Amino acid sequence: MAQKKNKSSEELKNLGLKVIKDIDKNKNPTITMPIRALSNILFNEKTKTLELGNKTSNRVFFNVAHAKKFLQTIEIASILKKELLDTGKHEHLRGVFYIAKRTVPGTDINIVDDQTESDKIIEDLEVITGLSREELHVSANKMGSLIGNLILEDSGDTIDCSKLGRGGYSVPSITDELTFKKVNAKYVLYMEKAAIFERLNEDKFWQKNNCILVTSQGQTTRGIRRLLQRLSEEEKLPIYVLCDGDIYGAYIYSVVKYGSIALAHASERLTIPNCKYIGITMDDVVKYDLKKQLIKLDEKDLARIKQVSQYDWFKSNKDWQKQFKMMKEFNGKVEIQSLATRGVSFISEKYLPEKIKNKDFLE
Amino acid sequence: MTTIAEELAKHQKVISISEFFTRNRHLLGFDNPARALLMTVKEAVDNSLDACAEMKTLPEIIIQISELSESRYKIVVEDNGPGIVKEQIPNIFAKLLYGSKFHRLRQSRGQQGIGISASVLYSQLTTGKSTKIISKIGTKKPAHHFELKINTKTNEPEIEKDEILDWEKSNGTRIELELEAKYQKGKQSVDEYIKQTAIVNPHAAFIYTNPEKEKIEFPRVTNKLPIEAKEIKPHPHGTELGTLMSMLQDTRARTIQQFLQTDFCRIGASLAKNILKECNIIEKTNPKNLTNEQAELLFKTLQATKIIAPPTDCLSPIGADLLEKGLKKEINADFYVTTTRTPTVYRGMPFQIEAGIAYGGEIDKEGAVRVMRFANRVPLLYQQGACSITESITETNWKQYGLQQSGNNIPTGPAIILIHISSVWVPFTSEAKEAIAHYPEIIKEVKLALQECGRKLASYIRKNVKAKENKDKINLFEKYIPELANSLANLTDDKKEIIQDKLKKLLKKELPTLEAENGAEKE
Repeated sequence: MAQKKNKSSEELKNLGLKVIKDIDKNKNPTITMPIRALSNILFNEKTKTLELGNKTSNRVFFNVAHAKKFLQTIEIASILKKELLDTGKHEHLRGVFYIAKRTVPGTDINIVDDQTESDKIIEDLEVITGLSREELHVSANKMGSLIGNLILEDSGDTIDCSKLGRGGYSVPSITDELTFKKVNAKYVLYMEKAAIFERLNEDKFWQKNNCILVTSQGQTTRGIRRLLQRLSEEEKLPIYVLCDGDIYGAYIYSVVKYGSIALAHASERLTIPNCKYIGITMDDVVKYDLKKQLIKLDEKDLARIKQVSQYDWFKSNKDWQKQFKMMKEFNGKVEIQSLATRGVSFISEKYLPEKIKNKDFLE
Repeated sequence: MTTIAEELAKHQKVISISEFFTRNRHLLGFDNPARALLMTVKEAVDNSLDACAEMKTLPEIIIQISELSESRYKIVVEDNGPGIVKEQIPNIFAKLLYGSKFHRLRQSRGQQGIGISASVLYSQLTTGKSTKIISKIGTKKPAHHFELKINTKTNEPEIEKDEILDWEKSNGTRIELELEAKYQKGKQSVDEYIKQTAIVNPHAAFIYTNPEKEKIEFPRVTNKLPIEAKEIKPHPHGTELGTLMSMLQDTRARTIQQFLQTDFCRIGASLAKNILKECNIIEKTNPKNLTNEQAELLFKTLQATKIIAPPTDCLSPIGADLLEKGLKKEINADFYVTTTRTPTVYRGMPFQIEAGIAYGGEIDKEGAVRVMRFANRVPLLYQQGACSITESITETNWKQYGLQQSGNNIPTGPAIILIHISSVWVPFTSEAKEAIAHYPEIIKEVKLALQECGRKLASYIRKNVKAKENKDKINLFEKYIPELANSLANLTDDKKEIIQDKLKKLLKKELPTLEAENGAEKE
C-alpha cells in the first residue's frame, strides 16, 4: 500500500518537474493531456469498453484563456500531494475544493469559484498521471446501498450485509479496499432507483431469490461501479441492471456496461461488459400493459434519443435500436414504479422472477 | 302625437367636420398643449419637406417658436419650396380634409390631408386669432399674404386679409400662427422631433430657434436629393370593397374591362378577361352600371385571383449610407450600422424597411435603449408601446447581439435603435399617425433588418469588449506568477523565488504573443 502512495506522489511531482523543465528552457510551460470529449472517445469492439483516443490538448500558462486553469491544475496537484498522499489522509471532492478556494492576492479572482471547477481538475489530473481518483486519495459522497447474502470486510470491520435492516450497507466511495469474505447469491440486481430498492427489501426479494441488491440514486457512482465490477469478476456473479424505461435509463445501463465519456480513462477499472439489462423495456410496456402509464416525451427526450442512439456502442446493437424506435413510436417513457399499477408487490412477485426465469434480457 | 322617431329627428343634424374636430381633438393628436405644439410644427415641416420634394430642391427650413405668455406660443415655419398658387392658399390652410395626397398612392410625409388646417383650427379655437400665410411661386411673381380662419359650421375658409407684399425670397411658403401650447424638453419634444427629422432627411437643412431664443442649426450632409417617389395605381389585393365601389363610380373608363386594366396596377388584358369571365360580367359593361352584387363578386374574385405583387419603384428609401451619415451628424457614438432591406408588400401595398443602430460614445448607458421610429421620413414620437416596430424589437433576442435584455422587453445598454418604414400607404393604427399597425409582413421585415444590424453590432462588441478583457487578463499574469511559483515549489521542493524570477522573465518574452493572440484552445 505504502508503495502505491509513493507512486501517486511521484507521478504528481513528475508533473511539476516537467513544468519546471519548460521554465528552465525558457519555454511557455505546457501540460499535455488526452482530450476527454466524445470526439476522442473510441468504442473498443473487442473489450466492449469506451477508451480514450490519442488526441491530446495542451494547457499552457502564458495564454489568457488557459492561465487560470493551468494555475488550478498545479495548485490542486500540490494540494493532493502535500495534504493527502504524503500524509496518508483521504479527502472528499468538496474538501479539496475548500482547500483550493482562496483569493489570488491583489485581485478579486478565486483560484476556484465552485466545486465543479476543482472536480474537473481532479479528473484532468487522473488522465494526466494515469492514476485513479482513489489512488489520489480523493473520495466522493456515498450515494449507494447494498443488501444481500454477502459478508465483507471494510477497514478491519466484518459486515454481514444480510443483517442491516431496511437501509442496508452504505457503500463507501472507494470500494477497492473491501474484501469479500463470504458470498452466497446467484446474481446481483442493480437498480437506479432507491425507492425500488426499498420495495424489494421490504418484500424480502433478496432472501426469496437469493441475490444481492444494489442501488445508487440516479447516475452510478464510481464506488458502486467498481464494486459491481469486482462482484462480477471476482465472484463471477451475473449483474442485472434495472432502470426506468427511458433514454436516461438506457444511458445509465451503458455506463455500467461500457463506461462513460467523462471517465473513459478509468474504463478498465469500472466497466462490466457482460452485465445485462433486465428492464424496463418497451416490450414490457406491451406485455405488462403499461401503455396508460407512459409519460409523453418532450423535446429534450427526443433530442437525447437521437444523440444516444448514434453512440458507437449503441449503433450496431439491433435490440437497443428497436427500443429507441419503440420509444419514439409510443412517444412515451415509463418509470419502474409504474409497475405498481398492477399491485404493490407485482415487481417482486411477478415481474422480476418472470424476467429472470425467461432470461428476458437486453444485451 | 309625434312618434319617438319623429321627436328624435328634431335633434338629428349633420355635424360639421370642424365641430367633430373640436370635440375629438385627441384623435388628431391635439389632446394636450405640449402635443399641440409638436403636432403643429410637425404638420408644417412635413408639408415643407414634401413641397421641396415636389420641386426637386434641397430643403432649407426655418423654424421659430417664441413664447408669448406662459401658455401661448407663436410658431413660424418657412421653407424654400415651390410656393402655393394664390387660389389654393385658403383651401390648403383653412379647409379641413382638403388636399391632394389622400387620393393618390405615393410615398409622402402627410398622407391624410388633415394636416396643417387642423393646426389652423386649433389656433383659432384656443386664441381666436387668424393664421398668417405668405407664399411666392417664383422670382417674378408677387408674394401673397393671407390671414385665414376656418368657418367651423361650413368648413370653408374665411379670408380676413389678402394682399401682395415684398418678400426677399424668390419662392417659398411661410406660415405663422399662435396657439395655446406648452414647450417642454425630452423624448416627445419639438427639439427631439427636429433632431430626428434631421437624421432621416440628411439632404435638408434646418435652422431652429427655440423659445429660449437659442438658434440651433442642423446642416445638410448630402446634396443628393432623395429618389423621386413614383405614384402607383392601387393593387387589387390592397383595395377594399368600399374603395372599389367608389372607383367604379369615379372611373373614366367606359367598359369594365378597360377599368380593370387602367385603374389598377398589374392587371393586363387577358387577366382582366379571365376575372370578368369568372364573375359572369360582360366585358363591355359600363363600370357605373355594375350592381352591388356584381361589385361584391368582382371584389371577391380580385382577392382570390393570384396577381403579381405591385411594382416597388414607387418607394424612396433613405439608403444605408445616408442614414448612417444622418445618424453620425446628430448622434455621437462609437459605432454605427445601417441597412436597407429590399422592398416587399403587405396587403397589396409596397413597403421597405431601413434600420440603424448607434452604439457607445455619448449615448446614455443606463436604462432601455432609445428607439427612434420613422414612417416616410417622419419621426413617430408617441404611442411607442402600441407600435408594431416596438413589437419587432422586443421579440428580437438582443442578448445574442451583445445588449442586455430581460424577457421580451426593450433591450438596455448604450444604444439607439432606428427603424424607418417607407410605403405608399403606411398603415397607422389611428389618425394621430404615431403607431404602425401590426401586419405580420411588416413585423417580419423589421425583425430581419434588426437582425442584420444586430449581427454587425455583435461582432463590434465582441471585438472591442474582448480586446479590453484580453488586456485585463494579461495584467493578471503578474498576480498569477507568485501563485504558480508557490504551487510548483510545493509540488517539486524547488525554490519558490528562483521559479518566480524565471517566470517573470518568461512573461516579458511572451508578452507580444499574448497581446496578439485571441485565446483559442489549442489541440
